[in-house]
Amino acid sequence: MLGLNKLRMVLGAATFFLILAAIYMVFLYAPVPSNVTDMPEVQKILYFHVSAAWIGFLAFFVVFVCSILYLKTRSRKWDLVAASSAEVGVVYTSIVLLTGPVWGKAAWNVWWTWDPRLTTTLVLWFIYVAYIIIRNSAEEDEKRARFAAVFGIIGFIDVPIVFMAIRWWRTIHPLIFESNSVGLTPKMLTTLFVSLGAFTLLYIYYMVLRLDISKARLQLAEIKERLRSDY
Amino acid sequence: MSHFWSSVRAIVWKDLKAEFRTKEMLSSMLIFAFLVIVIFSFAFDPGAQSVKQILPGVIWVGFLFSGILGLNRSFLSEQINDAISGLMLAPVDRAAIYFGKVFGNLIQTTLVEAIALPVFIILFDFNYAGSWLWLILVILASTFGFVAVGTFLAALASNTRSSEVLLPIILFPVIVPVVIGAVELTKALFAGADISTVMIWLQVICVYDVVFTVVPFLLFDYLLEA
Repeated sequence: MLGLNKLRMVLGAATFFLILAAIYMVFLYAPVPSNVTDMPEVQKILYFHVSAAWIGFLAFFVVFVCSILYLKTRSRKWDLVAASSAEVGVVYTSIVLLTGPVWGKAAWNVWWTWDPRLTTTLVLWFIYVAYIIIRNSAEEDEKRARFAAVFGIIGFIDVPIVFMAIRWWRTIHPLIFESNSVGLTPKMLTTLFVSLGAFTLLYIYYMVLRLDISKARLQLAEIKERLRSDY
Repeated sequence: MSHFWSSVRAIVWKDLKAEFRTKEMLSSMLIFAFLVIVIFSFAFDPGAQSVKQILPGVIWVGFLFSGILGLNRSFLSEQINDAISGLMLAPVDRAAIYFGKVFGNLIQTTLVEAIALPVFIILFDFNYAGSWLWLILVILASTFGFVAVGTFLAALASNTRSSEVLLPIILFPVIVPVVIGAVELTKALFAGADISTVMIWLQVICVYDVVFTVVPFLLFDYLLEA
C-alpha cells in the first residue's frame, strides 16, 4: 500500500514540475512567430489548447476501448476506467472549447466559427456529456456499466462520421476565416511536446485519483451493506 | 432466416395494431409537427424570401422533434404490465425485437412525415418543382438512419430513471450527420439543383444507415439483458 502511495506522490510531483516547465517554456522559451503582430501573447494559448485537444481525444478513445473490454469481460475495473476517462475527457474538451474562443476573438475577431474542427469538438463534448448523464440516470451498478459501455461504443463510432459530414458541410458554405497555418519553429515544437507531456501526465494523475474515489465509494457501499445486515 | 423475418413481421404487426387501436401516438406526433411549423412561422416572418432557404431546415426540425415523441413511446409502452419481459421471453432472436421495433417506428414516422410534408409546403406557400422520387428517397433514407439509432437509444433510455428527458439528450448529438445530410439534400432539391451535385450527402446518409444498423444489431443483446 505504501509503495503505491509513494508511486502516486512521485507521479503527482512529476506532473507538477513538468507543468511548471511547460509554463516556463510557453512564455519565456518559445518565440512568437513573426507574422503575429498584434497581441502576440494570445498566440501562446496554442500550446495548452492543442495539448488539451489531443488528450481529450485520447480520453474518449480510452472510453471506447474500455467499453468493449467491459462488455467482453464484465470486469468492474474496465467500467471504472471508462467512467473516469470520460469525466476527465469532458474536462479537457471543455478546456479546448473555452480556450478556443479566447484565441479566436483575438486572431479572427470572432468568438466562434462553425469550422469543422470546432464543431466536431462541440459535438464530441455533447456526446460525452450524454455518456455521463446516462451513467447518472441508470439505477443499478451493473445496468449503468452496461448501458454506458454500449453508448461509449456508439458515440465513438459516430465521431469520424460527424467529422466528415461537418467537413463537407463547411466546404459547401464558404469558409470566412482561412486557417492561417503558422509553421512551428523547432523551439515552438519542443514547447508543444513538453506541454503535451505535461498534460498527459496530468491526465494519468487525474485518472489515478478518480479511480481511487471510485474504489473508496465501492468500499463505502460494502461497509454500509455489512452494517445493515449486521444490525 | 424465414423464422427471423416472420418474427420481425409479427412484432411490427403487434406495434402497428396497438397503435391503430388508439392512434394516440400518431395524432400527437402529427399535431406536434404542425405546432413546430406554426411556432417557426412566428419566430421568422413567413412571407420573407429568406424563409424559402430555411424551409428545409424547419421541415427536418419538425420531423425529428415529432419523431422523438414516437421513439420515446416505443419501449416505454412495453414497460406497462412488464410487457417487455414477455417480449424477451419469446423464443426469437433478440435482433428480431430490434428490427421489429425499427420497422414499426419507421412506418409510423414516415406516415407522419407523409401527411406533414404537404401541409408544410402549403403553409409556407412553396412551389416544389423538383423530383418527388428523389425527395421521397432522401426522406426515407434519412428517416431510416434516425429511426435505426433512435430505436436503439430509446431501448437504452427506457430502462433508466429519466427516460423521456434522456432520449433527446443522447440522440441528437449522435444524429448530427443525418441532420446535416438531410437538410443539405432537401435544400438542393428545393432549390431545383441537380441531384448529382449533392450526391455525397446521400452517400453519407447511406453509410450512416449501414453503420447504425449493424452496430445496434450487434449491441442490442447487451441492452436487453435481464
